[in-house]
Amino acid sequence: MKIEILNGKRLVNSADNAQNMSAQWVDFDRIEIQDGVIYSIDQSHPDFKADISFDGAGCYILPGLIDLNVSLREPGYTAKGSIYSETKAAAAGGVTTLCCTPETKPINDSKAVSKLIEELAQEAANCEVLPLGALTQGLQGEQLSEYASLKNAHCIALSNGYHPIKNLAITKRCFEYAKTHNLSVFINAIEDSLHKGVMHEDEISTTIGLQGIPDLAETVAVSQLIKLAEATGVHLHLSQLSTADAVAQVKAAKVKGLRITADVAIQNLLYTDEKVANFSSVFHCMPPLRSEADRLALLEGVKSRVITAITSAHQPHEAAAKQMPFAETEVGMSSIEFLLPMAMKLELEHNLPLTDFIFAMTQGAAQVLNLPIPQVVEGQKANLCIFDPDISYVLEQANILSMGKNTPLIGQTLTGCLKATIFEGRVSYSV
Amino acid sequence: MQSSVQLTESGRLKHFLTVSGLSKELLTEILDTADSLIEVGERNIKKVPLLRGKTVVNLFFEASTRTRSTFELAAKRLSADVLNINIDTSAASKGESLSDMLKNLEAMASDMFVVRHAQSGAPHFIAESVTPGVAIVNAGDGWHAHPTQAMLDMLTIRQNKGQFEGLKVAIIGDILHSRVARSQIRALNTLGVDEVRVIAPNTLLPKHVESLGVSVFNDIDKGLKDIDVIIMLRLQRERMQGALLPSEGEYYQLFGLTRERLKLAKPDAIVMHPGPINRGVEIESEVADGEQSVILDQVTNGIAVRMAVMSMAMSGQTEEQNNVNENRANESEGIS
Repeated sequence: MKIEILNGKRLVNSADNAQNMSAQWVDFDRIEIQDGVIYSIDQSHPDFKADISFDGAGCYILPGLIDLNVSLREPGYTAKGSIYSETKAAAAGGVTTLCCTPETKPINDSKAVSKLIEELAQEAANCEVLPLGALTQGLQGEQLSEYASLKNAHCIALSNGYHPIKNLAITKRCFEYAKTHNLSVFINAIEDSLHKGVMHEDEISTTIGLQGIPDLAETVAVSQLIKLAEATGVHLHLSQLSTADAVAQVKAAKVKGLRITADVAIQNLLYTDEKVANFSSVFHCMPPLRSEADRLALLEGVKSRVITAITSAHQPHEAAAKQMPFAETEVGMSSIEFLLPMAMKLELEHNLPLTDFIFAMTQGAAQVLNLPIPQVVEGQKANLCIFDPDISYVLEQANILSMGKNTPLIGQTLTGCLKATIFEGRVSYSV
Repeated sequence: MQSSVQLTESGRLKHFLTVSGLSKELLTEILDTADSLIEVGERNIKKVPLLRGKTVVNLFFEASTRTRSTFELAAKRLSADVLNINIDTSAASKGESLSDMLKNLEAMASDMFVVRHAQSGAPHFIAESVTPGVAIVNAGDGWHAHPTQAMLDMLTIRQNKGQFEGLKVAIIGDILHSRVARSQIRALNTLGVDEVRVIAPNTLLPKHVESLGVSVFNDIDKGLKDIDVIIMLRLQRERMQGALLPSEGEYYQLFGLTRERLKLAKPDAIVMHPGPINRGVEIESEVADGEQSVILDQVTNGIAVRMAVMSMAMSGQTEEQNNVNENRANESEGIS
């Protein structure tokens, strides 16, 4: 398939200096795509006959987004989502590569489950799916999974999700064994004994009488994990940080030269615990939405690259999962489809430049996964988004592709419309 | 912040979920209405027709004797038909969802649900999901709110002290897990008392408790100085687990209200307790039964306050439904 994009702006950056990358939008007349790669930019090829032509006027062309933490729900939870439905939603969100969590049923702690996910994802062909293998068998936090088999089945890294690891000795051995196989560990930092609540512990939890999760549940764990990573030499990736103190600890670890990376869920950049004051279950998230000071520190972390990546932390749910008293509802938001409009909200209302968001979901995420740095340049894999930042529209539930309609954005005016996603040289989504 | 769900467009009560967000005028109206209904309990025929023809469902997901009985009596004195449903939450969770259960009960043409639930916010959830026209009264949810208890306490204080201005009130005990305390603190501050103090060890205080509008004391002897109203909270036995307290003995030694300690408050201070009392754990028997105790007045006032909020919420719902019907009629006639 041959595709051309005419008259837009593409993101150009200096990839050789990742820490101080300066990205800018550069006008182009014509991008040609064939055989799955960016064939040429602004070169005259009279013989190139495009099968599909996109008018890029007023649009940004950026690399396809890389999402480090997505619940695809299959196998096992197909009332909430399927690999087909959620990768389709991912394509509609501009994502061309994603990591799926091991919290499936059966849990992805084996080659068989990894292979099943891979096959279903290839069949769907909406984006590249890189499974995260279970760090411990059955995510029970007690015994090592077969890391060599998982790696062999194309698991890109290991994770235990929010399931606690029984003790620090087991965590240490997981790290040692992962290092043996040169696998990264993605850890949601929680000290389980402090992690008994359902929302951020602060004035609002005190007022409305919901049990709070203190900052300490995260910050104590982060300091222990950094020590263990330093001792074992494993690449530790801290998934979905939520506290200012954790950001400071990661910064200090980076200054020290440790191989530690971190990401943040986009909802923790946009919202605070204020949203929970009316028991609104759509804001029941894990990690919890925390204070304004935490949110600002997370934003600053993204700007300063202390936080390497942003993730959707996409968690689609069936309606009933959110229709209960707050504490009994399931955690998470359906968000992968709205990443770019949420990023526009961050730029317009919270002073996070769109280019910082794009860095975090392309180059930053690629660094975490040790993947080549995605760029809109000739010869690169043709994973691209065509994004019009000026179009506004009201989000209606009927237009959501994900099976999870659990987003607070329904009925809101969103700014920024993804016109098309190109995945490996094919159109995986278009308006 | 949480008021919009429970008020009509004109600011009348249509559910009673929390005292948070309600004005001083509205709280005073509840107290005045309750005052006027106390007399009903003293008649030979203890009935008024305010809820005649209405069906009230007491939906208790958590065990309760006193609160459920007073709600039942209140509804019956208002001439309503009453259905009591006690739901073992563990059994409920095995079967149908809360939403499905509510739909079934609504299908029986219920007009009001009185809800007690172990989860904070459950009555909010129910109020948001029921059919318009059905009123929800919170009979206690999790650690969040117990607004009728708070209002009966306010009525008791007003009867004894005449007004709220200038009063200093101390709430003693397990604030962390107490829906009663949260509602009392909100009501006292809205009604304009001079000071609300909480007296407890730090393990029984929620984070940033001072943000609720209270001053914090760890020392009961200091905290009782100049106090007009003492509110004791029940200490749940399970607080000894999870390292919140070492023992009932040490708690009583440090925070128990004894005759000696009571002398530290103002001589005319009243002693309140939402019940049930643990004698010898949070309060000395002689104090609970003593001259300064108004604990039994609280129970009597409970019926009147519950009659007041039930009738007010029902009339708010009726008003709102009338408006809806009027608008519909106008629209269909093309007047709008």
